[in-house]
Amino acid sequence: MDFYRSHVLVCGGTGCVSSGAYTIEEMFNNALVAKGLDKEVKVVRTGCFGLCEAGPICIVYPEGSFYSRVEQKDVERIVDEHLLKGRIVKDLLYVDKAATVTDIQTSISDVTFYKKQKRVALANCGVINPEIIEEYIAFDGYQALGKALTEMTPVDVINEMKKSGLRGRGGGGFPTGLKWEFTSKSPGDIKYVACNADEGDPGAFMDRSVLEGDPHCIIEAMAIAAYAIGAEKGYVYIRAEYPIAVKRLGIAIAQANEMGLLGKDILGSGFNFEMEIRLGAGAFVCGEETALIASIEGERGMPRPKPPFPAQKGIFGKPTVINNVETYAVVPQIILKGADWFTSFGTEKSPGTKVFALGGKINNTGLVEIPMGTSLKEVIFDIGGGIPDGRKFKAVQTGGPSGGCLTEAHLDTPIDFDTLTALGSMMGSGGMIVVDDSNCMVDFARFFLDFTVDESCGKCVPCREGTKRMLEMLEKITSGNGTMQDLDKLEELAYAIKDSSLCGLGQTAPNPVLSTLKYFKDEYIAHVVDKKCPAGMCQDLLSIVIVDGCIGCTACKRVCPVDAISGEVKQNHVIDQAKCIKCGACIPKCPKKVIVKQ
Amino acid sequence: MTKNFLTEENFVKLHRVIDAHKDMQGPLMPILHEAQHIFGAIPIEVQKVISEKLNTPLAEIYGVVTFYSQFTLEPKGEFLIGICLGTACYVRGAQQIIDKICELTGVAVGKTSADGKFSIEATRCIGACGLAPVLTVNEDVYGRLTLNDIPGIVQKYKGAN
Repeated sequence: MDFYRSHVLVCGGTGCVSSGAYTIEEMFNNALVAKGLDKEVKVVRTGCFGLCEAGPICIVYPEGSFYSRVEQKDVERIVDEHLLKGRIVKDLLYVDKAATVTDIQTSISDVTFYKKQKRVALANCGVINPEIIEEYIAFDGYQALGKALTEMTPVDVINEMKKSGLRGRGGGGFPTGLKWEFTSKSPGDIKYVACNADEGDPGAFMDRSVLEGDPHCIIEAMAIAAYAIGAEKGYVYIRAEYPIAVKRLGIAIAQANEMGLLGKDILGSGFNFEMEIRLGAGAFVCGEETALIASIEGERGMPRPKPPFPAQKGIFGKPTVINNVETYAVVPQIILKGADWFTSFGTEKSPGTKVFALGGKINNTGLVEIPMGTSLKEVIFDIGGGIPDGRKFKAVQTGGPSGGCLTEAHLDTPIDFDTLTALGSMMGSGGMIVVDDSNCMVDFARFFLDFTVDESCGKCVPCREGTKRMLEMLEKITSGNGTMQDLDKLEELAYAIKDSSLCGLGQTAPNPVLSTLKYFKDEYIAHVVDKKCPAGMCQDLLSIVIVDGCIGCTACKRVCPVDAISGEVKQNHVIDQAKCIKCGACIPKCPKKVIVKQ
Repeated sequence: MTKNFLTEENFVKLHRVIDAHKDMQGPLMPILHEAQHIFGAIPIEVQKVISEKLNTPLAEIYGVVTFYSQFTLEPKGEFLIGICLGTACYVRGAQQIIDKICELTGVAVGKTSADGKFSIEATRCIGACGLAPVLTVNEDVYGRLTLNDIPGIVQKYKGAN
C-alpha cells in the first residue's frame, strides 16, 4: 500500500459541490502533479463535513488544518506554502466566530462548531471517500454485519436493538427494535426491508449527507435488518432531487455485490440479500410509509389507512420493515459496540444522538449531531454561532411543515422526542430553521400551509379541503383583511384537520399555524386589528415613510417612478401614501437611511 | 416548442426500456423515469405505448404521471431555472429572487417562454440550505444569492445557445 505524508480532504457534499468543490479538487491534483508532490500527498474526496456555510471546505492532515471558503486562487498557495514548505496558511483558515480565545484555530478539533458535537450517524462523513469500499472497511465497516451473521441469531439482533432503545429518526420516533420484532413475527415466507430516503422536509438534509458521505453503512444496516427479520430483498426509496446521493449509493451497492457483501451466501453464512434503488419523482407525501409503498409498487403515492401496518402488509403485500436513513446509519455501531454504549448518550426515553440541519438566520448553517438532551440554546448559540447581522433571535422552527415554532422562552429546553412534542412542535426529521425579528410569523405559517396545500395528495377531505381553507384565511390576514373571527375559525379548523386526516401529513399540517397562534398571537392581532406587520414583511400592510433626519437631497424624489415624493431642496421630503406603490426604490437611495418600511 | 421530440428513434429507445423492466416487480415508476429522460416529457402518445406494452389501463398511467411533479406532459424550456423555495431559502429572501427572475425573463412561475428558452419553477428544498438562497439552471447551482447577482445569471443564459 502506498504511503502518503499528507492528505488533503476535499468535501464532496452537495453544499460544497454547489460552491465549486470539484474544481478545487481538480486544481489540487494538478498543482500536486506540477510540483512533483503527487506521490507524497493524496487528495481525498469525502462526504459532508457539516459546516456547509464555510464551503468549499478542505482539511489538510496530519495537522487538521481547516481551510474554509477555498477559492481557486488559494489552491496554489496551500500547495506551495503548506504542502511543500510545511507552513500553514493562516489567513485562509476558518475563522471561529464563537471562539473565546483570539488565537487562530489551527486544527479542526479546536473549532467550536465541532466541539460540542458527538458524531455517530455522521461518524464517517467527511472522513472517508464514500466511493471506495476499502476505506469504509478500514473504519470497521461490515464488521457489524459479520458479527451479526456469525455470532448472533436474528433474535439476538432484535433484542440488542430493543435494548438500545433506538427510536425512528424520520419523525415518528417509534422504537426500531419493536418494529423489527413485529415484522419478524408476521407470518409469510417473503419479507422486505426498505429504507425511506425520501427526505422531503424543506431545510432537512441529513439523510442526503449520510447517503453521500457514507453509503456503505446504509447497505450494512439494511443487511443486518434483513437478517433479523428474515428478508432477502431491500429497497431504497430515494428522492430524485438528490443525484449525487443516488450515484454514490449505486456505486456502493455495486462494490458490495462484487465483494460478496451483498448477494448469495454472504460471508459463508448462507444468508442472501440483494438491494435495489427506487427513485421518487417529486411528491412530498411519499415520505409517509404507506404512500412510499404505493409508489414503489408503481401507483400514485397516496397513503392508506393503518392498520394493517407495513410490518403486516407492506411492499407487494408482504411484511416490510421501513426505516429512515439516519436510523439505519446508527445500526452497525449499535450491533458492533453494543446497546449499552448507545444508551450512554442522550436521555432515558430518547437515547443516542440526533442530527439536526441548522438553517435560516444563523451563522453556522450546516449539519450538527448532538446527544439527545442538549438544549436548544447550546445548539443555536454555541454550535450554530448565533444570529447574523446583529439581529435578534425570534423563534426556531423544528420538524419542518409538520412541526412548530419555539420561542426564546424555550431555549433552555433539552431536546428530545417528548419535550418537543409537549411544547407543540416535534422532532420531525431534524430540520431546525432559525428566524429573526425581520421574519413575520404569520407569513411563516402561511408559507408552510402553502407547502402542504401543494403537497396534499388529495385522498382525504380534511387535508385536501381543510388546508386550502386555512391557507385562504392566512392570506386574508397577511393582506390586511382578516378579522378576529378568522383567528377563532382558523384554530377550530386546525384541530378538526389534525383529528380527522388519514395520514401524518394532514395530521401535522396545522402545527405551524397552531404553534404560532399560541406563541405569537400578538403578531396575528397586529395584522388583524392594527393592520400592521410588525416584522415589516407583509407587503400589503406596509407603508414606506420618511422619518426624522431628512436632509432634502432629493435623491429619493428623483428615483420614485410614480412621483409620490414631494419636497424642496434642503427641505423635509414626504411620501404621498395614496400614490406610493411600495416598490421600495427610494430606500437604498437615501444617504441618511431615514426612509423605512413600517 | 417547435422541436419534434416524438421521434422514431426515441420510441425505439422506449420499447427497449420497457422490455428491460417488464418482468420486475412494480416496473411503472422506473419506466416513467426513463421515458421522461428520453423524451423530456411523457405526453399521451408515450403513455399509450407504455399502457399497451405493460397491459395497464391508460387512465392508471395518466394518473401516476400527473401525480408526481417531476413528470411532465409537455417538455420544459432549454434552460430550466429552479428557485429553491425550501424554508431556509425562503427565510433568506428567495421570494424576491423569484420576482426578479420573472421580471427579467418575462416568464411566470411554472411556465415556459414562447421561444422555448426558459422555464421557471419554484422547486422544493434541494438540500443546499447552507448556501441559501439557491437557484439552479439545468445542472448549474448558484448559491448565496443576492438580488444583484440575478441580472448577470439571466444574461449568461440569454446569450447562450
